[in-house]
Amino acid sequence: MSAPAKPQPHEVVIKVRQLVNAFGSQVLHDHLDLDVYRGEVLGVVGGSGTGKSVLMRSIIGLNEIKSGTIEVFGRNTDHLSEAQWREIEQRWGVLFQEGALFSSQTIAENIQVPLREYLHMPQDLMNEIASMKLSLVGLPENAAAKHPSELSGGMKKRAGLARALALDPEIVFLDEPTAGLDPISANMFDQLIKDLQRSLNLTVFMVTHDLDTLRATTDRIAVLVDKHVVVGTIDELRKNPHPWIQEYFSGPRGRAAA
Amino acid sequence: MSTAHDATLPDARARFRMERKPRALRLIAEGEWTTREAARLSTALKHIDLGDAASAEIDGTQLERIDSAGAWLLVRTKREWEQQGKTVGPITLAPLYDALLHAVEHEHTAPPVTIHNRHTIRAFVERLGRATVHGLYQGMGIMGYLGRVTVEATEAVYHPRGNLRFAALIHQVEETGINALPIVGLLAFLIGIVLAYQGADQLKRFGAEIFTINLLGVGLLREIAGLITAIIIAGRSGSAFTAQIGTMRVNEEIDAMQTIGINIVDALVLPRVIGLAIALPFLTFYADIMGLIGGAVMCYFDLAITPEVFLRQLQEAISLNTFLVGMIKAPVFAMIIGLVGCYEGLQVERNAASVGRLTTRSVVESVFLVIVLDAAFSIIFSIVGI
Repeated sequence: MSAPAKPQPHEVVIKVRQLVNAFGSQVLHDHLDLDVYRGEVLGVVGGSGTGKSVLMRSIIGLNEIKSGTIEVFGRNTDHLSEAQWREIEQRWGVLFQEGALFSSQTIAENIQVPLREYLHMPQDLMNEIASMKLSLVGLPENAAAKHPSELSGGMKKRAGLARALALDPEIVFLDEPTAGLDPISANMFDQLIKDLQRSLNLTVFMVTHDLDTLRATTDRIAVLVDKHVVVGTIDELRKNPHPWIQEYFSGPRGRAAA
Repeated sequence: MSTAHDATLPDARARFRMERKPRALRLIAEGEWTTREAARLSTALKHIDLGDAASAEIDGTQLERIDSAGAWLLVRTKREWEQQGKTVGPITLAPLYDALLHAVEHEHTAPPVTIHNRHTIRAFVERLGRATVHGLYQGMGIMGYLGRVTVEATEAVYHPRGNLRFAALIHQVEETGINALPIVGLLAFLIGIVLAYQGADQLKRFGAEIFTINLLGVGLLREIAGLITAIIIAGRSGSAFTAQIGTMRVNEEIDAMQTIGINIVDALVLPRVIGLAIALPFLTFYADIMGLIGGAVMCYFDLAITPEVFLRQLQEAISLNTFLVGMIKAPVFAMIIGLVGCYEGLQVERNAASVGRLTTRSVVESVFLVIVLDAAFSIIFSIVGI
């Protein structure tokens, strides 16, 4: 499913309020608030161990939160029945760090898993759609019959993205999409995300460390510092006096990416 | 066919209608063309009767929304009509969807993917063939590896350059031998009980229950104790060898050792194989004793045979050869288990899944080989007449 024809400005699709996450005595998120708007690309950055991935996993329901509320599409994910979860899960796609492709299945079969799970679709149409998704993420035809172990890291990520896009979701979660890719592949992946976001009108929630990716793709950036998030565009964040944010965006790498 | 002519799927969320003019045709898509609706739309679109129209148009401007699957259906319809020789104008969509249409129409020209059915007879024969060839290569690989280990081991013995790692060797003896004592002992004891009970049950009918002891002595010492021990150790230590070495392979530790110049066979394989070859005979002996104790306990309670009588009868039933026949097999079994375990560990590829796969294979192979070898020993002993 794609967005309505006229996206309202600042329609909030993910609303996190007062989120608390802690492991043992270590508090990761202390009453954290975050809004994600429809149709934007939001980058999430932060130092190691600040809970970027945990934030993402909390939103998609893989991590039990300590307290707080998370609303996706205006519904509190804490109060959802099994059936409602399945409904919401069809409206988002997740790309895990290493692609998380099912190793016993070919790439084509991997892409068809969500279609098979949720829709009664004839096999020939599924085959057409799988082929189309492969083209969208820029994988060659012959990748379809291969198993994940036969693909390179970058191709696995593309295939994982194709599977995440199988149901034409409204939101896509990307966990470090360019980590482990060479700079050329990473640039191509950035371009791909931007293109897909534009053509499919996606909302993208992206955890990343890659400053080039942030600059190339994101509309806004959420920085995890001091157990909260600071949200803004790159230019706004550059003016933020917080030492970590200063170091991040105006350090040698930050300047190089600008 | 109701869908062949004008209005199609009037009530659905996704629908289309056809406008017909003389020799021209116009498809007007309406509603929400999404992945959810794609299956129904796809069938209906394939049943459109083009009639005598020479040209056609596809109008999507009235769509409330469309996603990539919907866009694909429009593009597919256009391509099919063109193949039938119709002139089809460009698909029109709201400007918002220009990028989507461009991506689907111009960047996607590949044919549908094909999914191979893995459950046909052909696929079965193919798998069988692959497995056979793979098995042969596997056999060759193990032979080559056996040769390499033999050469390295001989060298380690004849030209000791301090390459036999005694600390590692002792550690392996402890790990595979001493730590296995509880499980081997308990299982051998239980086997002794079971064997004595079943034997006594049958032999009682002939009043020959005293021969239960002969059955126990010969059965355990010659065959069962050694076999059970080897199978337990294959499951316990053979799998551990594969998993340990395999994990080192995944972590590139083996590569690191090679670049530093450490000989893999010296460092990883020989301590394990030799350690196991030392430990397994002791374990077998221990299993012999525990099995006999189990049998003696059962004889005492079931047949009221006192330990003194048990020992006297046992002495008559078995000779030193009976014991040695069982013992001589133990180092051979140990070599097989150790070699297969290490070999499969070194075969691991650089992904976690292959550690699990090869560990399973290592256990299956070593248990298989142990039993085959045991049968071979039986044949040889019967020819030699022991």
